[in-house]
Amino acid sequence: MSLDVDVDHAREAFRLSARFSAAPGLTALFGRSGSGKTTLVDIVGGLIRPDRGKVAVDGQVLVDTERSLFVPKHRRRIGYVFQDSRLFPHLSVRRNLLYGRWFTREDGDGAAADLASVVKLLGIEHLLERQPASLSGGEKQRVAIGRALLAHPRLLLMDEPLASLDEARRAEILPYIERLRDEAGVPILYVSHSVAEVARLATTVVILTDGKVTAAGPVADILSQADSGDGGSVLDATVARHDEAYQLSVLASAAGQLQVPRLSAPVGAHVRAYIRARDVMLSLEPPQGISALNVLSGRVAGIVPAANGAQADVRLDCNGAMLTARLTAKSVQGLALAPGRPVHAVIKSVSFERS
Amino acid sequence: MTPEEWTAVRLSLLVATTATLASLPFGIAIAWLLARRTFWGKSLVDTLVHLPLILPPVVTGYLLLISFGRRAPIGAFLADNFGIVFSFRWTGAALACAVMGFPLLVRAIRLSIEAVDTRLESAAGTLGARPLWVFATITLPLCMPGVIAGAILCFAKAMGEFGATITFVSNIPGETQTLPSLIYTLTQVPDGDAGALRLTLVSIVISMLALLGSELLARRIGVKQMAA
Repeated sequence: MSLDVDVDHAREAFRLSARFSAAPGLTALFGRSGSGKTTLVDIVGGLIRPDRGKVAVDGQVLVDTERSLFVPKHRRRIGYVFQDSRLFPHLSVRRNLLYGRWFTREDGDGAAADLASVVKLLGIEHLLERQPASLSGGEKQRVAIGRALLAHPRLLLMDEPLASLDEARRAEILPYIERLRDEAGVPILYVSHSVAEVARLATTVVILTDGKVTAAGPVADILSQADSGDGGSVLDATVARHDEAYQLSVLASAAGQLQVPRLSAPVGAHVRAYIRARDVMLSLEPPQGISALNVLSGRVAGIVPAANGAQADVRLDCNGAMLTARLTAKSVQGLALAPGRPVHAVIKSVSFERS
Repeated sequence: MTPEEWTAVRLSLLVATTATLASLPFGIAIAWLLARRTFWGKSLVDTLVHLPLILPPVVTGYLLLISFGRRAPIGAFLADNFGIVFSFRWTGAALACAVMGFPLLVRAIRLSIEAVDTRLESAAGTLGARPLWVFATITLPLCMPGVIAGAILCFAKAMGEFGATITFVSNIPGETQTLPSLIYTLTQVPDGDAGALRLTLVSIVISMLALLGSELLARRIGVKQMAA
Protein backbone atom coordinates (compact mmCIF):
# COMPACT_ATOMS: atom_id res chain seq x y z
CA MET A 1 0.00 0.00 0.00
CA SER A 2 1.09 3.50 -0.63
CA LEU A 3 -0.70 6.75 0.02
CA ASP A 4 0.47 9.96 -1.56
CA VAL A 5 -1.07 13.25 -0.54
CA ASP A 6 -0.20 16.70 -1.80
CA VAL A 7 -3.00 19.17 -1.18
CA ASP A 8 -3.81 22.78 -0.39
CA HIS A 9 -7.05 23.69 1.24
CA ALA A 10 -8.16 26.97 2.76
CA ARG A 11 -11.13 27.48 5.02
CA GLU A 12 -11.73 30.84 6.62
CA ALA A 13 -8.53 31.82 8.39
CA PHE A 14 -7.03 28.35 8.26
CA ARG A 15 -4.69 27.18 5.52
CA LEU A 16 -3.75 23.55 5.06
CA SER A 17 -0.85 22.87 2.78
CA ALA A 18 0.36 19.35 3.26
CA ARG A 19 2.41 16.85 1.38
CA PHE A 20 3.31 13.40 2.64
CA SER A 21 3.46 9.74 1.74
CA ALA A 22 2.46 6.85 3.98
CA ALA A 23 4.12 3.46 4.05
CA PRO A 24 2.44 0.18 5.05
CA GLY A 25 1.64 -0.29 8.72
CA LEU A 26 0.23 2.42 10.92
CA THR A 27 1.00 6.00 9.96
CA ALA A 28 0.22 8.50 12.69
CA LEU A 29 -0.82 12.03 11.80
CA PHE A 30 0.33 13.85 14.87
CA GLY A 31 -0.23 17.44 15.91
CA ARG A 32 -2.08 19.79 18.23
CA SER A 33 -5.81 20.32 17.86
CA GLY A 34 -6.42 22.78 15.07
CA SER A 35 -3.34 21.73 13.14
CA GLY A 36 -5.47 20.37 10.30
CA LYS A 37 -5.27 16.64 10.99
CA THR A 38 -8.96 15.94 10.61
CA THR A 39 -9.24 18.11 7.50
CA LEU A 40 -6.42 16.15 5.95
CA VAL A 41 -8.03 12.81 6.79
CA ASP A 42 -11.39 14.06 5.49
CA ILE A 43 -9.70 14.92 2.21
CA VAL A 44 -8.23 11.42 1.95
CA GLY A 45 -11.60 9.89 2.82
CA GLY A 46 -13.46 12.01 0.27
CA LEU A 47 -15.53 14.01 2.76
CA ILE A 48 -13.85 17.26 1.74
CA ARG A 49 -12.86 18.32 -1.75
CA PRO A 50 -9.50 20.10 -1.54
CA ASP A 51 -8.96 23.45 -3.26
CA ARG A 52 -5.94 22.12 -5.04
CA GLY A 53 -3.87 18.98 -5.13
CA LYS A 54 -3.66 15.28 -5.58
CA VAL A 55 -4.43 12.19 -3.54
CA ALA A 56 -3.48 8.72 -4.72
CA VAL A 57 -3.76 5.29 -3.09
CA ASP A 58 -1.71 2.46 -4.55
CA GLY A 59 -1.15 4.51 -7.67
CA GLN A 60 -4.89 5.06 -8.21
CA VAL A 61 -5.56 8.77 -8.32
CA LEU A 62 -8.57 9.65 -6.15
CA VAL A 63 -8.30 13.41 -6.37
CA ASP A 64 -6.56 15.52 -8.96
CA THR A 65 -7.85 19.06 -9.12
CA GLU A 66 -5.89 19.81 -12.26
CA ARG A 67 -7.78 17.11 -14.12
CA SER A 68 -11.03 17.86 -12.23
CA LEU A 69 -10.91 14.32 -10.92
CA PHE A 70 -12.74 13.51 -7.71
CA VAL A 71 -13.68 9.95 -6.80
CA PRO A 72 -16.71 10.09 -4.47
CA LYS A 73 -16.27 8.58 -1.03
CA HIS A 74 -18.46 5.55 -1.70
CA ARG A 75 -16.17 4.43 -4.53
CA ARG A 76 -12.86 4.87 -2.68
CA ARG A 77 -12.90 1.75 -0.52
CA ILE A 78 -11.35 3.73 2.30
CA GLY A 79 -12.69 2.84 5.74
CA TYR A 80 -13.19 5.65 8.24
CA VAL A 81 -13.44 5.30 12.01
CA PHE A 82 -14.71 8.59 13.39
CA GLN A 83 -14.02 10.18 16.74
CA ASP A 84 -17.71 9.80 17.58
CA SER A 85 -18.41 6.25 16.49
CA ARG A 86 -21.35 7.22 14.24
CA LEU A 87 -23.09 3.88 14.55
CA PHE A 88 -26.49 3.78 12.86
CA PRO A 89 -28.97 4.06 15.74
CA HIS A 90 -31.79 2.21 13.98
CA LEU A 91 -29.73 -0.89 13.22
CA SER A 92 -28.51 -3.63 15.54
CA VAL A 93 -24.77 -4.08 16.08
CA ARG A 94 -24.82 -7.02 13.67
CA ARG A 95 -26.49 -5.00 10.94
CA ASN A 96 -24.17 -2.07 11.58
CA LEU A 97 -21.23 -4.41 11.10
CA LEU A 98 -22.67 -5.87 7.92
CA TYR A 99 -23.73 -2.51 6.45
CA GLY A 100 -20.76 -2.25 4.11
CA ARG A 101 -21.32 -5.78 2.84
CA TRP A 102 -24.37 -4.65 0.89
CA PHE A 103 -22.09 -2.66 -1.35
CA THR A 104 -19.04 -4.87 -1.73
CA ARG A 105 -19.61 -7.81 -4.00
CA GLU A 106 -18.73 -10.67 -1.69
CA ASP A 107 -20.17 -14.15 -1.71
CA GLY A 108 -22.15 -15.18 1.34
CA ASP A 109 -19.66 -17.69 2.75
CA GLY A 110 -16.69 -15.37 2.64
CA ALA A 111 -18.66 -12.61 4.29
CA ALA A 112 -19.86 -14.86 7.10
CA ALA A 113 -16.29 -16.00 7.80
CA ASP A 114 -15.20 -12.37 7.74
CA LEU A 115 -17.79 -11.37 10.27
CA ALA A 116 -16.72 -14.18 12.57
CA SER A 117 -13.04 -13.29 12.41
CA VAL A 118 -13.54 -9.53 12.80
CA VAL A 119 -15.94 -10.04 15.68
CA LYS A 120 -13.37 -12.28 17.34
CA LEU A 121 -10.50 -9.87 16.67
CA LEU A 122 -12.41 -7.05 18.38
CA GLY A 123 -14.02 -9.14 21.11
CA ILE A 124 -17.59 -8.07 20.34
CA GLU A 125 -19.31 -11.47 20.02
CA HIS A 126 -21.64 -10.76 22.91
CA LEU A 127 -22.80 -7.42 21.48
CA LEU A 128 -24.12 -8.56 18.10
CA GLU A 129 -27.84 -8.45 18.89
CA ARG A 130 -27.70 -5.22 20.90
CA GLN A 131 -28.72 -1.75 19.73
CA PRO A 132 -25.97 0.92 19.57
CA ALA A 133 -27.71 3.10 22.17
CA SER A 134 -27.06 0.47 24.83
CA LEU A 135 -23.29 0.19 24.25
CA SER A 136 -20.55 1.86 26.27
CA GLY A 137 -18.19 4.29 24.53
CA GLY A 138 -15.44 1.70 24.21
CA GLU A 139 -17.82 -0.92 22.84
CA LYS A 140 -19.17 1.57 20.30
CA GLN A 141 -15.69 2.33 19.03
CA ARG A 142 -14.86 -1.36 18.68
CA VAL A 143 -18.04 -1.90 16.68
CA ALA A 144 -17.22 1.15 14.54
CA ILE A 145 -13.78 -0.28 13.81
CA GLY A 146 -15.32 -3.63 12.89
CA ARG A 147 -17.87 -1.98 10.65
CA ALA A 148 -15.15 -0.13 8.75
CA LEU A 149 -13.05 -3.30 8.44
CA LEU A 150 -15.93 -5.39 7.09
CA ALA A 151 -16.36 -3.01 4.16
CA HIS A 152 -13.00 -4.40 2.97
CA PRO A 153 -11.12 -1.11 2.86
CA ARG A 154 -7.71 -0.87 1.26
CA LEU A 155 -6.87 1.86 3.74
CA LEU A 156 -8.33 2.58 7.16
CA LEU A 157 -8.61 6.13 8.49
CA MET A 158 -8.93 6.55 12.24
CA ASP A 159 -9.60 10.05 13.51
CA GLU A 160 -8.70 10.12 17.20
CA PRO A 161 -10.78 7.01 17.85
CA LEU A 162 -9.89 7.14 21.55
CA ALA A 163 -10.36 10.85 22.15
CA SER A 164 -13.88 10.59 23.54
CA LEU A 165 -12.96 7.79 25.95
CA ASP A 166 -11.61 7.80 29.47
CA GLU A 167 -8.26 6.27 30.39
CA ALA A 168 -9.66 2.84 31.23
CA ARG A 169 -11.62 2.58 27.98
CA ARG A 170 -8.54 3.62 26.03
CA ALA A 171 -6.52 0.88 27.63
CA GLU A 172 -9.34 -1.48 26.64
CA ILE A 173 -9.19 -0.55 22.94
CA LEU A 174 -5.48 0.00 22.34
CA PRO A 175 -4.64 -3.73 22.21
CA TYR A 176 -7.33 -4.22 19.55
CA ILE A 177 -5.84 -1.49 17.39
CA GLU A 178 -2.44 -3.12 17.78
CA ARG A 179 -3.89 -6.44 16.67
CA LEU A 180 -5.53 -4.69 13.76
CA ARG A 181 -2.20 -3.25 12.70
CA ASP A 182 -0.38 -6.56 13.09
CA GLU A 183 -3.01 -9.11 12.03
CA ALA A 184 -5.59 -7.54 9.72
CA GLY A 185 -2.99 -6.31 7.26
CA VAL A 186 -4.90 -3.12 6.48
CA PRO A 187 -2.74 0.00 6.39
CA ILE A 188 -3.96 2.63 8.82
CA LEU A 189 -3.78 6.42 8.84
CA TYR A 190 -4.23 7.32 12.48
CA VAL A 191 -4.89 10.83 13.77
CA SER A 192 -3.77 11.58 17.29
CA HIS A 193 -2.50 14.32 19.53
CA SER A 194 -1.30 11.93 22.20
CA VAL A 195 2.42 11.14 22.22
CA ALA A 196 1.84 7.96 24.21
CA GLU A 197 -0.65 6.65 21.65
CA VAL A 198 1.62 7.48 18.74
CA ALA A 199 4.64 5.94 20.45
CA ARG A 200 2.74 2.78 21.11
CA LEU A 201 0.98 2.33 17.80
CA ALA A 202 2.77 4.06 14.98
CA THR A 203 5.20 2.69 12.45
CA THR A 204 5.58 6.04 10.72
CA VAL A 205 4.81 9.51 12.05
CA VAL A 206 3.80 12.61 10.14
CA ILE A 207 3.85 15.78 12.24
CA LEU A 208 1.44 18.51 11.29
CA THR A 209 1.89 22.05 12.61
CA ASP A 210 -0.51 24.83 11.61
CA GLY A 211 -1.55 23.01 8.45
CA LYS A 212 1.97 22.12 7.33
CA VAL A 213 3.95 18.90 7.54
CA THR A 214 6.95 19.74 9.68
CA ALA A 215 8.45 16.27 10.02
CA ALA A 216 7.82 12.76 8.76
CA GLY A 217 9.59 9.44 9.19
CA PRO A 218 9.93 6.32 11.35
CA VAL A 219 8.44 6.73 14.82
CA ALA A 220 11.69 6.40 16.77
CA ASP A 221 13.41 9.13 14.75
CA ILE A 222 10.56 11.60 14.79
CA LEU A 223 9.46 11.35 18.41
CA SER A 224 13.05 11.91 19.54
CA GLN A 225 13.15 15.27 17.82
CA ALA A 226 12.77 18.17 20.17
CA ASP A 227 10.01 19.96 18.30
CA SER A 228 7.58 17.08 18.49
CA GLY A 229 5.82 18.02 21.69
CA ASP A 230 7.42 16.87 24.91
CA GLY A 231 10.47 15.54 23.10
CA GLY A 232 10.39 11.99 24.35
CA SER A 233 12.32 9.11 22.89
CA VAL A 234 11.27 5.66 21.87
CA LEU A 235 13.50 2.65 22.51
CA ASP A 236 12.84 -0.71 20.94
CA ALA A 237 13.57 -3.54 23.36
CA THR A 238 12.83 -7.16 24.13
CA VAL A 239 11.97 -8.72 27.47
CA ALA A 240 15.14 -10.54 28.59
CA ARG A 241 13.85 -12.01 31.86
CA HIS A 242 11.55 -11.38 34.80
CA ASP A 243 12.85 -10.87 38.32
CA GLU A 244 10.02 -12.30 40.38
CA ALA A 245 11.59 -11.51 43.76
CA TYR A 246 11.54 -7.76 43.15
CA GLN A 247 8.66 -7.80 40.68
CA LEU A 248 10.82 -6.35 37.94
CA SER A 249 11.35 -7.09 34.27
CA VAL A 250 14.72 -6.75 32.60
CA LEU A 251 14.69 -5.44 29.06
CA ALA A 252 17.45 -5.62 26.51
CA SER A 253 17.79 -2.71 24.09
CA ALA A 254 20.52 -1.42 21.83
CA ALA A 255 21.28 1.25 24.41
CA GLY A 256 21.70 -1.27 27.24
CA GLN A 257 19.65 -3.03 29.89
CA LEU A 258 16.63 -1.45 31.51
CA GLN A 259 14.87 -2.59 34.68
CA VAL A 260 11.21 -1.76 34.93
CA PRO A 261 8.20 -2.76 37.04
CA ARG A 262 7.09 -6.30 36.14
CA LEU A 263 5.48 -6.38 32.68
CA SER A 264 2.88 -8.91 31.67
CA ALA A 265 4.59 -9.52 28.33
CA PRO A 266 6.38 -12.90 28.11
CA VAL A 267 10.16 -13.31 27.87
CA GLY A 268 11.28 -12.59 24.32
CA ALA A 269 8.35 -10.27 23.62
CA HIS A 270 9.07 -7.09 21.75
CA VAL A 271 8.21 -3.93 23.67
CA ARG A 272 8.50 -0.25 22.92
CA ALA A 273 9.63 2.03 25.70
CA TYR A 274 8.77 5.69 25.76
CA ILE A 275 11.05 7.94 27.79
CA ARG A 276 10.13 11.58 28.28
CA ALA A 277 12.97 14.03 27.85
CA ARG A 278 12.36 15.62 31.24
CA ASP A 279 12.73 12.23 32.93
CA VAL A 280 16.36 11.93 31.84
CA MET A 281 19.25 13.41 33.88
CA LEU A 282 22.83 13.52 32.69
CA SER A 283 26.01 12.84 34.62
CA LEU A 284 29.62 13.11 33.44
CA GLU A 285 30.84 10.43 35.90
CA PRO A 286 29.20 7.02 36.27
CA PRO A 287 26.71 7.86 39.04
CA GLN A 288 27.02 5.93 42.30
CA GLY A 289 24.77 5.64 45.29
CA ILE A 290 21.61 6.73 43.59
CA SER A 291 18.18 5.16 43.66
CA ALA A 292 17.54 5.19 39.93
CA LEU A 293 17.95 1.70 38.47
CA ASN A 294 18.50 2.68 34.88
CA VAL A 295 21.71 4.33 33.75
CA LEU A 296 22.66 4.25 30.09
CA SER A 297 25.94 5.37 28.61
CA GLY A 298 26.24 7.36 25.41
CA ARG A 299 27.66 10.36 23.68
CA VAL A 300 26.13 13.76 23.06
CA ALA A 301 24.91 13.85 19.46
CA GLY A 302 23.46 17.32 19.39
CA ILE A 303 22.02 20.12 21.52
CA VAL A 304 18.81 21.90 20.57
CA PRO A 305 18.14 25.04 22.64
CA ALA A 306 14.49 25.73 23.40
CA ALA A 307 12.92 28.91 22.10
CA ASN A 308 12.75 30.53 25.54
CA GLY A 309 16.50 30.04 26.12
CA ALA A 310 16.08 28.55 29.59
CA GLN A 311 16.13 24.93 28.48
CA ALA A 312 17.78 22.74 25.90
CA ASP A 313 17.17 19.26 24.59
CA VAL A 314 20.34 17.19 24.54
CA ARG A 315 20.25 14.33 22.06
CA LEU A 316 22.30 11.30 23.02
CA ASP A 317 23.56 8.47 20.90
CA CYS A 318 23.46 5.41 23.14
CA ASN A 319 25.07 2.75 21.01
CA GLY A 320 22.91 3.66 18.03
CA ALA A 321 19.68 4.29 19.94
CA MET A 322 18.68 7.93 20.28
CA LEU A 323 17.70 9.34 23.65
CA THR A 324 16.75 12.93 24.52
CA ALA A 325 17.32 14.70 27.83
CA ARG A 326 15.74 18.05 28.64
CA LEU A 327 18.08 20.13 30.79
CA THR A 328 18.28 23.73 31.83
CA ALA A 329 20.59 25.88 29.75
CA LYS A 330 22.59 26.43 32.92
CA SER A 331 23.26 22.70 33.33
CA VAL A 332 24.28 22.39 29.71
CA GLN A 333 26.85 25.11 30.25
CA GLY A 334 27.90 23.87 33.70
CA LEU A 335 28.65 20.38 32.39
CA ALA A 336 30.28 21.84 29.27
CA LEU A 337 28.20 19.54 27.13
CA ALA A 338 29.15 19.44 23.48
CA PRO A 339 28.71 16.93 20.66
CA GLY A 340 30.93 13.90 21.11
CA ARG A 341 31.19 14.19 24.89
CA PRO A 342 30.57 10.87 26.70
CA VAL A 343 27.85 11.06 29.35
CA HIS A 344 25.70 8.81 31.54
CA ALA A 345 21.95 9.15 31.30
CA VAL A 346 19.97 8.53 34.47
CA ILE A 347 16.41 7.60 33.63
CA LYS A 348 13.88 8.48 36.29
CA SER A 349 10.84 6.85 34.78
CA VAL A 350 9.85 4.96 31.70
CA SER A 351 6.45 4.23 30.30
CA PHE A 352 6.65 0.86 28.69
CA GLU A 353 4.29 0.13 25.91
CA ARG A 354 3.74 -3.28 24.49
CA SER A 355 3.98 -3.60 20.75
CA MET B 1 -76.89 6.43 8.21
CA THR B 2 -78.35 6.73 4.75
CA PRO B 3 -76.72 5.10 1.69
CA GLU B 4 -75.91 8.61 0.46
CA GLU B 5 -73.99 9.32 3.67
CA TRP B 6 -72.12 6.00 3.48
CA THR B 7 -71.13 6.78 -0.10
CA ALA B 8 -69.74 10.16 0.96
CA VAL B 9 -67.74 8.59 3.81
CA ARG B 10 -66.31 5.89 1.52
CA LEU B 11 -65.51 8.44 -1.14
CA SER B 12 -63.79 10.71 1.35
CA LEU B 13 -61.63 7.86 2.64
CA LEU B 14 -60.72 6.89 -0.93
CA VAL B 15 -59.92 10.48 -1.90
CA ALA B 16 -57.87 11.18 1.22
CA THR B 17 -55.92 7.91 1.03
CA THR B 18 -55.20 8.38 -2.66
CA ALA B 19 -54.17 11.99 -2.15
CA THR B 20 -51.81 11.07 0.72
CA LEU B 21 -50.19 8.04 -0.91
CA ALA B 22 -49.80 9.71 -4.29
CA SER B 23 -48.22 12.86 -2.91
CA LEU B 24 -45.94 11.03 -0.45
CA PRO B 25 -43.07 10.24 -2.91
CA PHE B 26 -43.13 13.79 -4.26
CA GLY B 27 -43.38 15.19 -0.76
CA ILE B 28 -40.32 13.20 0.39
CA ALA B 29 -38.34 14.22 -2.70
CA ILE B 30 -39.15 17.93 -2.33
CA ALA B 31 -38.56 17.82 1.43
CA TRP B 32 -35.15 16.20 0.86
CA LEU B 33 -34.22 18.80 -1.77
CA LEU B 34 -35.21 21.64 0.54
CA ALA B 35 -33.48 20.11 3.55
CA ARG B 36 -30.23 18.91 1.98
CA ARG B 37 -29.52 20.79 -1.22
CA THR B 38 -28.85 24.35 -2.21
CA PHE B 39 -29.89 25.21 -5.74
CA TRP B 40 -30.95 28.18 -7.77
CA GLY B 41 -34.62 29.00 -7.18
CA LYS B 42 -34.82 27.12 -3.90
CA SER B 43 -36.85 29.82 -2.16
CA LEU B 44 -39.20 29.93 -5.15
CA VAL B 45 -39.85 26.19 -4.80
CA ASP B 46 -40.30 26.67 -1.07
CA THR B 47 -42.84 29.43 -1.67
CA LEU B 48 -44.76 27.49 -4.30
CA VAL B 49 -45.02 24.48 -2.01
CA HIS B 50 -46.40 26.64 0.78
CA LEU B 51 -48.73 28.69 -1.38
CA PRO B 52 -51.85 26.51 -0.87
CA LEU B 53 -51.43 27.02 2.87
CA ILE B 54 -51.88 30.79 2.63
CA LEU B 55 -54.07 31.21 -0.44
CA PRO B 56 -57.84 31.04 0.03
CA PRO B 57 -58.79 27.41 -0.83
CA VAL B 58 -61.25 28.70 -3.42
CA VAL B 59 -58.37 30.41 -5.22
CA THR B 60 -56.35 27.18 -5.23
CA GLY B 61 -59.41 25.32 -6.55
CA TYR B 62 -59.92 27.92 -9.26
CA LEU B 63 -56.24 27.74 -10.27
CA LEU B 64 -56.62 23.97 -10.54
CA LEU B 65 -59.74 24.43 -12.63
CA ILE B 66 -58.07 26.70 -15.14
CA SER B 67 -54.99 24.50 -15.45
CA PHE B 68 -56.31 20.93 -14.97
CA GLY B 69 -59.85 21.37 -16.39
CA ARG B 70 -60.90 19.27 -19.38
CA ARG B 71 -60.08 22.05 -21.80
CA ALA B 72 -57.30 23.72 -19.80
CA PRO B 73 -53.71 23.28 -21.05
CA ILE B 74 -52.42 20.66 -18.59
CA GLY B 75 -55.78 18.92 -18.26
CA ALA B 76 -56.19 18.55 -22.03
CA PHE B 77 -52.63 17.29 -22.40
CA LEU B 78 -53.05 14.64 -19.70
CA ALA B 79 -56.45 13.56 -21.05
CA ASP B 80 -55.29 13.29 -24.67
CA ASN B 81 -52.00 11.55 -24.00
CA PHE B 82 -52.57 9.46 -20.87
CA GLY B 83 -56.35 9.34 -20.57
CA ILE B 84 -56.15 10.93 -17.12
CA VAL B 85 -59.14 13.17 -16.47
CA PHE B 86 -59.48 15.24 -13.31
CA SER B 87 -62.40 17.53 -13.88
CA PHE B 88 -65.61 16.49 -12.13
CA ARG B 89 -64.11 13.11 -11.19
CA TRP B 90 -63.10 11.74 -7.78
CA THR B 91 -59.49 11.86 -9.06
CA GLY B 92 -59.86 15.62 -9.30
CA ALA B 93 -61.00 15.71 -5.69
CA ALA B 94 -57.89 13.70 -4.80
CA LEU B 95 -55.70 16.14 -6.71
CA ALA B 96 -57.23 19.12 -4.94
CA CYS B 97 -56.76 17.43 -1.56
CA ALA B 98 -53.18 16.48 -2.40
CA VAL B 99 -52.31 20.05 -3.35
CA MET B 100 -53.90 21.39 -0.17
CA GLY B 101 -52.18 18.80 2.04
CA PHE B 102 -48.79 19.04 0.34
CA PRO B 103 -47.36 21.94 2.38
CA LEU B 104 -48.15 20.12 5.63
CA LEU B 105 -46.60 16.92 4.31
CA VAL B 106 -43.42 18.63 3.10
CA ARG B 107 -43.01 20.72 6.25
CA ALA B 108 -43.13 17.75 8.61
CA ILE B 109 -40.81 15.61 6.50
CA ARG B 110 -38.36 18.43 5.86
CA LEU B 111 -38.01 19.13 9.56
CA SER B 112 -37.34 15.49 10.34
CA ILE B 113 -34.80 15.15 7.51
CA GLU B 114 -33.01 18.21 8.83
CA ALA B 115 -32.87 16.49 12.21
CA VAL B 116 -31.07 13.45 10.78
CA ASP B 117 -27.36 13.69 11.50
CA THR B 118 -25.51 14.25 8.21
CA ARG B 119 -22.45 12.70 9.83
CA LEU B 120 -24.27 9.36 9.82
CA GLU B 121 -24.90 9.84 6.12
CA SER B 122 -21.25 10.49 5.36
CA ALA B 123 -20.30 7.47 7.49
CA ALA B 124 -22.59 5.35 5.31
CA GLY B 125 -20.88 6.85 2.26
CA THR B 126 -17.44 5.76 3.45
CA LEU B 127 -18.84 2.24 3.82
CA GLY B 128 -19.58 2.17 0.10
CA ALA B 129 -23.21 3.30 -0.07
CA ARG B 130 -24.23 5.43 -3.03
CA PRO B 131 -26.23 8.58 -2.17
CA LEU B 132 -29.54 6.94 -3.10
CA TRP B 133 -28.74 3.98 -0.86
CA VAL B 134 -27.69 6.27 1.95
CA PHE B 135 -31.09 7.90 1.67
CA ALA B 136 -32.97 4.60 1.58
CA THR B 137 -31.08 2.89 4.41
CA ILE B 138 -30.15 5.75 6.73
CA THR B 139 -32.03 9.00 6.11
CA LEU B 140 -35.47 7.58 5.36
CA PRO B 141 -35.64 5.14 8.31
CA LEU B 142 -34.37 7.81 10.69
CA CYS B 143 -36.88 10.43 9.55
CA MET B 144 -39.77 7.94 9.46
CA PRO B 145 -41.59 9.45 12.45
CA GLY B 146 -41.69 12.76 10.56
CA VAL B 147 -42.87 11.05 7.39
CA ILE B 148 -45.71 9.43 9.31
CA ALA B 149 -46.63 12.67 11.03
CA GLY B 150 -46.63 14.46 7.67
CA ALA B 151 -48.73 11.77 6.04
CA ILE B 152 -51.30 11.91 8.84
CA LEU B 153 -51.50 15.70 8.63
CA CYS B 154 -51.96 15.43 4.88
CA PHE B 155 -54.64 12.76 5.32
CA ALA B 156 -56.49 14.84 7.90
CA LYS B 157 -56.31 17.89 5.69
CA ALA B 158 -57.63 15.83 2.77
CA MET B 159 -60.51 14.47 4.85
CA GLY B 160 -61.59 18.00 5.69
CA GLU B 161 -60.82 19.73 2.39
CA PHE B 162 -63.81 21.63 1.10
CA GLY B 163 -63.15 24.93 -0.69
CA ALA B 164 -60.63 23.83 -3.33
CA THR B 165 -62.48 20.58 -3.98
CA ILE B 166 -65.91 22.09 -4.49
CA THR B 167 -64.47 24.83 -6.72
CA PHE B 168 -62.44 22.42 -8.84
CA VAL B 169 -64.72 19.38 -9.17
CA SER B 170 -68.06 20.60 -7.80
CA ASN B 171 -70.33 18.54 -5.54
CA ILE B 172 -71.55 15.51 -7.48
CA PRO B 173 -73.07 12.74 -5.32
CA GLY B 174 -71.14 9.49 -5.73
CA GLU B 175 -68.32 11.10 -7.68
CA THR B 176 -67.03 14.23 -5.96
CA GLN B 177 -69.34 14.65 -3.00
CA THR B 178 -66.95 14.11 -0.10
CA LEU B 179 -67.86 14.16 3.55
CA PRO B 180 -67.50 17.94 4.06
CA SER B 181 -69.36 18.62 0.81
CA LEU B 182 -72.28 16.46 1.94
CA ILE B 183 -72.33 18.10 5.38
CA TYR B 184 -72.47 21.45 3.63
CA THR B 185 -75.28 20.22 1.34
CA LEU B 186 -77.24 18.83 4.29
CA THR B 187 -77.04 22.12 6.14
CA GLN B 188 -78.61 23.81 3.11
CA VAL B 189 -81.71 21.60 3.05
CA PRO B 190 -84.54 21.36 5.57
CA ASP B 191 -84.38 18.24 7.82
CA GLY B 192 -80.69 17.85 7.04
CA ASP B 193 -79.55 18.53 10.61
CA ALA B 194 -79.60 14.91 11.79
CA GLY B 195 -77.55 13.75 8.80
CA ALA B 196 -75.08 16.62 9.24
CA LEU B 197 -74.66 15.71 12.90
CA ARG B 198 -74.11 12.02 12.12
CA LEU B 199 -71.46 12.89 9.55
CA THR B 200 -69.83 15.30 11.95
CA LEU B 201 -69.48 12.48 14.48
CA VAL B 202 -68.08 10.16 11.81
CA SER B 203 -65.63 12.87 10.86
CA ILE B 204 -64.45 13.28 14.45
CA VAL B 205 -64.05 9.51 14.90
CA ILE B 206 -61.99 9.16 11.70
CA SER B 207 -59.73 12.05 12.68
CA MET B 208 -59.14 10.64 16.14
CA LEU B 209 -58.41 7.16 14.80
CA ALA B 210 -55.93 8.60 12.32
CA LEU B 211 -54.18 10.57 15.04
CA LEU B 212 -54.12 7.58 17.39
CA GLY B 213 -52.82 5.29 14.66
CA SER B 214 -50.00 7.65 13.78
CA GLU B 215 -49.09 8.04 17.42
CA LEU B 216 -48.82 4.27 17.85
CA LEU B 217 -46.85 3.83 14.63
CA ALA B 218 -44.41 6.62 15.48
CA ARG B 219 -43.94 5.23 18.96
CA ARG B 220 -43.22 1.73 17.66
CA ILE B 221 -40.58 3.07 15.29
CA GLY B 222 -39.15 5.29 17.99
CA VAL B 223 -38.99 2.41 20.45
CA LYS B 224 -37.24 0.22 17.91
CA GLN B 225 -34.61 2.86 17.27
CA MET B 226 -33.94 3.54 20.91
CA ALA B 227 -34.35 -0.05 22.05
CA ALA B 228 -31.97 -1.09 24.77
